[in-house]
Amino acid sequence: MDNYYQSKDLKKFGEVEEFNKDLAKKFFDYYGAVFAEGALTEREKSLIALAVAHAVQCPYCIDAYSHDALEKGCSEEQMMEAVHVASAIRGGASLVHGVQMMNHVKKVSM
Amino acid sequence: MLVKSLKFRDSLLSVAEEQVSILSNYSDRDFSSYLKNSGIEKLTSRKVEIFQVNLGKMCNQTCRHCHVDAGPDRKEIMTRQTMETILEKLSGTGIRTADLTGGAPEMNPDFKWFVKELRLLGIHVMVRCNLTIILANPKYNDLPDFFKENNVEVVSSLPYYQKSNTDRQRGEGVFESSVKALQMLNQKGYGRDGTGLLLNLVYNPSGAFLPGSQASLERDFKKELSEKYGIVFNSLFTITNMPISRFLEYLIDSGNYEYYMDKLIDSFNASAAKNVMCTNTISVGWDGYIYDCDFNQMLEMKVMDESREHIRDFDLEYLDSREIAVGQHCFGCTAGSGSSCGGAVA
Ligand code: SF4
Ligand code: SF4
Repeated sequence: MDNYYQSKDLKKFGEVEEFNKDLAKKFFDYYGAVFAEGALTEREKSLIALAVAHAVQCPYCIDAYSHDALEKGCSEEQMMEAVHVASAIRGGASLVHGVQMMNHVKKVSM
Repeated sequence: MLVKSLKFRDSLLSVAEEQVSILSNYSDRDFSSYLKNSGIEKLTSRKVEIFQVNLGKMCNQTCRHCHVDAGPDRKEIMTRQTMETILEKLSGTGIRTADLTGGAPEMNPDFKWFVKELRLLGIHVMVRCNLTIILANPKYNDLPDFFKENNVEVVSSLPYYQKSNTDRQRGEGVFESSVKALQMLNQKGYGRDGTGLLLNLVYNPSGAFLPGSQASLERDFKKELSEKYGIVFNSLFTITNMPISRFLEYLIDSGNYEYYMDKLIDSFNASAAKNVMCTNTISVGWDGYIYDCDFNQMLEMKVMDESREHIRDFDLEYLDSREIAVGQHCFGCTAGSGSSCGGAVA
């Protein structure tokens, strides 16, 4: 294998059922239900998925949801704002731990 | 960005056989076998209900995705004589809807005459109006009035409710003049409840992807266009880009051809296949030849019976139950929710 990630593997996602059909079925049924229109629209869910894909840095999900978001009618601005939301939460999650660092420093310092 | 037609550029892709050969050589997953697997031995017409007429390839725009390869440099337009033959053949048939397309059908000098004659026959007329034509030249400024006087249904392309995607696909400035034209149509009562004046928009993706749900996109378009520009319309039709003509060129040049074809084939939907538009539509080209649909027309695939392939040999009984000529491009009509000139079909 040349690379850990092969873009053509995305299409094979469904094949995970080969080693465990029951769990795969449960997962894909659940997955389908999650993305169906509900209190949130399909377009809103696609943008959330796109942001999460960036947060978990999954190249498969980034390709899949960049495409899906276009199909759902999202604009480029909306997609980039979603990525910034992921980035802000990730950055913020690091930075907010600065408080923990400060707490510790203050506790042990004169 | 000023694109010229494929024909003007002498591109190989302007030759129909070249397109057909690219499409049929790509994959061994062929459309007919997909039809068979979904229980359709032969695709046949159910009844001709919509009579589509292509008034010519001349257009004021040169959109990058155009399946007609239309543009200002195309001079092929329908003559009044051919229109007269159409009127003569249509009179007394049960066909109640004519769908006029192009190019920009309004650029044909006999356009208004033809519309009025069709109306005299009691036929409902739809015009595929690209919107910008209304503002392209003062002589077209009265089109909204003309449409209203003749109770024409206006069907107009607007690939997105924002400037960037629209202009990239349809040309610089197209979004702005489309918005103005839509506002003019609204002023005449088009798209407004209770007027009976229908204004429908057509969405097609600005790239190598499929359209999403028609209902959701319609909701988004209605909200955005009314909030930002005060525009109202009746329905949004989602249409899949066909892998032919200039969109095929775009697919090949951008390295998306294989990806897009696989996407179309993988998304084959048997229930869309049962309702493809050729089952209730026929399409007449600018030169009077008859095709199963506008796409077959561009690939020069006439109706199968050579003795009845021209409007002068119009035989409705044959056309009502004819077998349809299919090819790999047909996957464009059956992907996902399906696609037709009236939007999704499944
Ligand atoms: S897509 Fe329509 S408006 Fe654009 S060039 Fe073709 S015929 Fe003209
Ligand atoms: S491309 Fe034309 S012939 Fe083929 S399925 Fe679509 S409407 Fe029918």
